[in-house]
Amino acid sequence: MVRRGLTSERLTGLFLFGLLLFLPPLIGVFDRPYLVGGIPLLYLYLFGAWAGLIAVLMLIVERPPSDADLDEGEQGMGADADFDQTRESRG
Amino acid sequence: MLTGLTIVSVSLVYLLILFAIAYYGDRRADEGRSVIASPYIYALSIAVYCTAWTFYGSVGRAASSGVSFLPIYLGPTLTFILGWFLIRKIIRISKLNRITSIADFIASRYGKSYYLGGLVTVIAVVGIMPYISLQLKAISTSFTVLLHYPSVAMPATLGSTPVFQDTALYVALIMAAFAILFGTRHIDASERHEGMVAAIAFESVVKLFAFLAVGVFVTYGVYNGFGDVFSRVAADPAFHRLFTLSAAGGYSGWISLTLLSMAAIVMLPRQFQVLVVENVDERHVKKAIWLFPLYLLLINLFVLPIAFGGLLQFPQRSVDADTFVLTVPMANHYQAIALFAFIGGLSAATGMIIVETIALATMVSNDLVMPFLLRHGRLHLSERKDLTGVVRAIRRGAIIFVILLGYAYVRLIGESYALVSIGLMSFVAAAQFFPSIIGGILWKGATRLGALAGLSAGFLVWIYTLLLPSFARSGWLSEHFLHDGPWDVTLLMPYALFGLDGLDPIAHALFWTLVFNVGLFVVVSLFTSQTMIERSQAVLFVDIFKRTSEGARIWRGRATIGDLRRLMGRFMGEGAAFQALRRFEREKGRRLDEAHAADADTVHYAERQLAGAIGAASARIMIASVLREEMHDIDEVMQILDEASQLVVYSRQLEEKSHQLEAATAELMAANERLKELDKMKDDFVSTVSHEFRTPLTSIRSFSEIVHDNPDLAVEQRKEFLNIIVQESERLTRLINDILDLAKMEAGKTEWQMLEIAPKQVIDNALAAMAGLLAKNPHIRFETHIAGDLPNVFVDADRLTQVLVNLISNAVKFCNRDNGLISITARPEGDSLRVDVSDNGIGIAKKDRRKVFERFQQAGDTLIDKPQGTGLGLPICLHIIERFGGQIWFESELGKGSTFSFRIPSARHPNRLRLDAKIEAV
Repeated sequence: MVRRGLTSERLTGLFLFGLLLFLPPLIGVFDRPYLVGGIPLLYLYLFGAWAGLIAVLMLIVERPPSDADLDEGEQGMGADADFDQTRESRG
Repeated sequence: MLTGLTIVSVSLVYLLILFAIAYYGDRRADEGRSVIASPYIYALSIAVYCTAWTFYGSVGRAASSGVSFLPIYLGPTLTFILGWFLIRKIIRISKLNRITSIADFIASRYGKSYYLGGLVTVIAVVGIMPYISLQLKAISTSFTVLLHYPSVAMPATLGSTPVFQDTALYVALIMAAFAILFGTRHIDASERHEGMVAAIAFESVVKLFAFLAVGVFVTYGVYNGFGDVFSRVAADPAFHRLFTLSAAGGYSGWISLTLLSMAAIVMLPRQFQVLVVENVDERHVKKAIWLFPLYLLLINLFVLPIAFGGLLQFPQRSVDADTFVLTVPMANHYQAIALFAFIGGLSAATGMIIVETIALATMVSNDLVMPFLLRHGRLHLSERKDLTGVVRAIRRGAIIFVILLGYAYVRLIGESYALVSIGLMSFVAAAQFFPSIIGGILWKGATRLGALAGLSAGFLVWIYTLLLPSFARSGWLSEHFLHDGPWDVTLLMPYALFGLDGLDPIAHALFWTLVFNVGLFVVVSLFTSQTMIERSQAVLFVDIFKRTSEGARIWRGRATIGDLRRLMGRFMGEGAAFQALRRFEREKGRRLDEAHAADADTVHYAERQLAGAIGAASARIMIASVLREEMHDIDEVMQILDEASQLVVYSRQLEEKSHQLEAATAELMAANERLKELDKMKDDFVSTVSHEFRTPLTSIRSFSEIVHDNPDLAVEQRKEFLNIIVQESERLTRLINDILDLAKMEAGKTEWQMLEIAPKQVIDNALAAMAGLLAKNPHIRFETHIAGDLPNVFVDADRLTQVLVNLISNAVKFCNRDNGLISITARPEGDSLRVDVSDNGIGIAKKDRRKVFERFQQAGDTLIDKPQGTGLGLPICLHIIERFGGQIWFESELGKGSTFSFRIPSARHPNRLRLDAKIEAV
């Protein structure tokens, strides 16, 4: 059984991190009329942060379960028995 | 050459392909070989989120305010990060409850409320209307723009085009046909439209590639890459404000758009449709939560370059930035790209219209019209006819109604707004569902009245702050109330309600609608109570991951299986109903008999199947009618609850019993241990006694033999031997007496002559009895200290004498051989009599002290020394003194002597009285 609780916690953390990245005040740091390598800084920052967020998201949910994950019980949003099947669908 | 004919025929071919894909998808679904059972198709179908608004509108917004279009896509990315449990939870709930729309979801959560479902439907239809009209407007505008090729000209306002020459009308009609064909083919429980989903996924691919094609073409064909476009724009100071947010409108808009789109990605009816209702497999969510954000990122990558390219291309601002996706390729005479762009825009718009219309039509029929008809008896059950036709007709009518309403809106209102502004109005409307849904799945305490109050208030504020102003700006209402407020009350100005200004209209409306919505939702929920069914639904929704059972089954009915089958048949068709019940039989592995009463399981199953066809609220009404309102019968529910609590009581009693049993078992075990111990003691006793008997017997026998075998023994010697024999016999007799005595005492068979006596006399008697012994031992000095005021004691005088004699004879045996001293002290101590018998003998070694009061234990080494007594004296003393309610103990120092003491409570001592009572009781 995948460590659902941990995946959920990681995702919640990533969500909060995403809020930090995309909302003021942090966004104000990059909100300057400069071109970096010909690209506007804000544009570069937003797309870079966005792409990074998606990559981490992918890593979290597609990560093969390790032994440690198998040990930990269900927590957070609750249990579901069919969860160990999720790995089959991975391409 | 781009002629009207080319454009129309390419468009028609494209739409035909769409129909073909949908047809193929449906056919494969009928064969049971789904084409959409893949996480990739699922993610692509979610991309129906990107409508014509994305396709054309993002560029338009970017041309006026830089990256401020992005929150619409960043928000969904954030929501999808949480989608892993949030969206999955909603999907799980919906699957178990056969929920077919967002109205159904909310109605079902709050006790299958008919009013709530209706309200949500009304909000959805009114709120989404501008959004649908936006798509129609985009198609019509883009068609007209493309038609003017090679000149780049803006179309005249739609209002001036005759209705029958308006492309939007024809597109609307084709879309209605599509939605009717592929959206109402089945009236079954699943309410999934595989063909439609397949077509939508295809459209998502087309629009993505079309937009990327335009982007690549503009960036690398017209200009030399990103750097080139940006630096050219940067060269013009007029455009500098586009590079930063703070210059292009500030952060309030940015924040509100982010929050808005976070809610919209789940709450928009079409998103709910593809995300939840059309979901084939919960596990697809896993891949979709990163694939869909990736799709959003890709489709937005070229928005800014295209917008900037357009600004550079048309410096006179003669061209609407919303059309840059088309007009930039057109101005550069790339006809194929322009046509592809048009098809991309068409796919974006049609995809949205199809899904949104089907979703809204399902709501209108299941949560508005059907419950209304059922409530008002228009479809009375006594008319035993097939209702599938009615349901289907209502669906189809709703589809046409919704699409035409959208068309009417665009004809009458849509001219005064940019695409993005229209779409955002709908986003705010959809965001009104957010508190009721998220509150509903996370908070069991949310009540139906709370949801009703929150939704109504949010919707009213939405009408006031967004819809009415949109009417005013279109000239339907006086603009006066926009600028000065109604009746010149400036505090009520729709764009600056209660004096809150400085926000753009969307952020302003979002703030106030949510303040009222969330505020009332929470407060009313806290101060109202839930009905039984609300409570059970709340638990079902919130704890969905915790339970494996399907739904709350708290009622029983008197309906038969046949009743249920006929009811289902009326709405789903006889065949479908029959099949559904067969499926149920297979799943549960049981036979259903038409004539048998339906149990809760079957009723629940039937209700869920019906819910798929006519919505949860309607299904509930129907089932209730068949069950003859049985499930409303509060008495029965209470009775069931009673039974449940009775069970609790039983189990508690059982628990108690088992505790008692445990205690009894423990006692038994203790008793058994004690028995074993006693048994062992008895064995020990027998072997010890035999040993004790043997010693004197051996000596008697051997001396007798000597005397017998030697008749010529000297008289003196003979006399000595006979003396030993007599002594040993006496000792043997004493031993037997003591053993009998002790055994009697231990068995409780001794007769006690308990009387109140003065102890002085007993002590004197004892001393008199000892006189002979003392005379034999002249080396022993004997002292007595007997106080005059000894308290009377309640004892058996003979036994007390026996104790004293035992103690004194012990003292005689063990006191100093040469210069013996024995002292006897008797005195009152507190409320007791205390007697000490001291000697100045060898004392008792530490290792022996514990054993002194045990049977056959004697001081000294019994193997070497001749035994001095029977070894039973002190145990007998202990027994007697304890019988009198007193204590006996000793103090000793090796080499200096020992003192044996006992204490007996006086005859007036309370302990003594109690003991007395106990004896009588025995």
